[in-house]
Amino acid sequence: MYWKLFSSFFKIGAFTFGGGWAMISIIEREIVDKHHWIEKDDFLDLLAIAQSLPGILAVNIATAVGDKLRGLRGSIVAAAGTILPSFMIILAIAIFLTPDMIKSNRVISAIFMGIRPAVVALIIAPVLTSARAAKLTWKTVWIPLVVALMISLDLGAVSSPILYIVLGGAGGFMVWWLASRGVRRKGRGNTNSEG
Amino acid sequence: MGIYWKLIWAYLKIGIFGFGGGYAMLSLVERIVVSDNAWISDQMFTDIVAISQMTPGPIGINSATYIGYVAPGSYDPALATPGWGVLGSLLATLAVTVPSFLLVLYCSHFIRRHHESGVIKAIFTGLRPVVVGLIASAAIMLMNAANFNPNGVDSQLWTSVGICVAAFCLVYFPIRLGRKTFKIHPILIIIMAGLTGYLLYGI
Repeated sequence: MYWKLFSSFFKIGAFTFGGGWAMISIIEREIVDKHHWIEKDDFLDLLAIAQSLPGILAVNIATAVGDKLRGLRGSIVAAAGTILPSFMIILAIAIFLTPDMIKSNRVISAIFMGIRPAVVALIIAPVLTSARAAKLTWKTVWIPLVVALMISLDLGAVSSPILYIVLGGAGGFMVWWLASRGVRRKGRGNTNSEG
Repeated sequence: MGIYWKLIWAYLKIGIFGFGGGYAMLSLVERIVVSDNAWISDQMFTDIVAISQMTPGPIGINSATYIGYVAPGSYDPALATPGWGVLGSLLATLAVTVPSFLLVLYCSHFIRRHHESGVIKAIFTGLRPVVVGLIASAAIMLMNAANFNPNGVDSQLWTSVGICVAAFCLVYFPIRLGRKTFKIHPILIIIMAGLTGYLLYGI
């Protein structure tokens, strides 16, 4: 069983590009549809938990599935299976494709000069996708603008992404807390409690 | 040995505050690894993102493994050997995964209970606009001369802008062929951009 669990997640780690959601659908197919280790409802429950926690989604879901099936040892085996393929591949690349080599080899450096602007485009695209998914309104659209501006200005402590993650979570919590207490303050509110 | 503690601390922070998926995590990595500690250059960071896109697995693991490997050597040249590099890789990768591993094991009960009250949903409603800003900041920080115009040549700047715009259109807008619509995979876009770079600058 441990071996099967490991090899399943190893396969998932080795053959899914892009991580995150691309991996989730394949994990579901492997765990729910193929091996019938977990019912679909239970899988969705585990997925909800994995999503609510920080870190790497694919590793979180592997940990949760492994834990559900075989406890602590199962979770270690499943998480290790997910991590190992990319760890080994990247390690091999890091050993052979050193920063000096990218700089000094004419062909490699030319290839990367073409690639770098495209990578920036690949990060701009999810900005728009996630902005649409977040259903920003005129009341909330200032939040990503302020966050992006403050972080990219690089002003020391106020430019730390961690600060804004904490503020965002705390803001969401405040809104919930005020609403659940039935305290509705109209008009002037804490600037961080929007969200 | 100091570098290894710094590396562990850096990736623990990335693992603990890494909400919102791989791209949002990039802004944390860029801030901590590139701006604060200067273990790698902006160019190298962009290259690692490209390599992560072309290899399987989550971007968080890929970046921890690569940066863990090169950080010791860039901190102290005496540590620029494969052995010390592999140790860095191992520690960084463990540090980025262990916090969430423990949270999944020991806090899932707590999360499950609070799902019903709606508080988790509320927290994520607050986080979601922030995540958009985090990804945007990662993109903005990479729009720099090192990535677009490393040699200070005007024509190269415009070529880079052209590659960026073309890549964006290809990845963002689905292509329609008859009745079918499909999207071009990011790997294909990186390959095409690399080929363009080779043809323009490599021959």
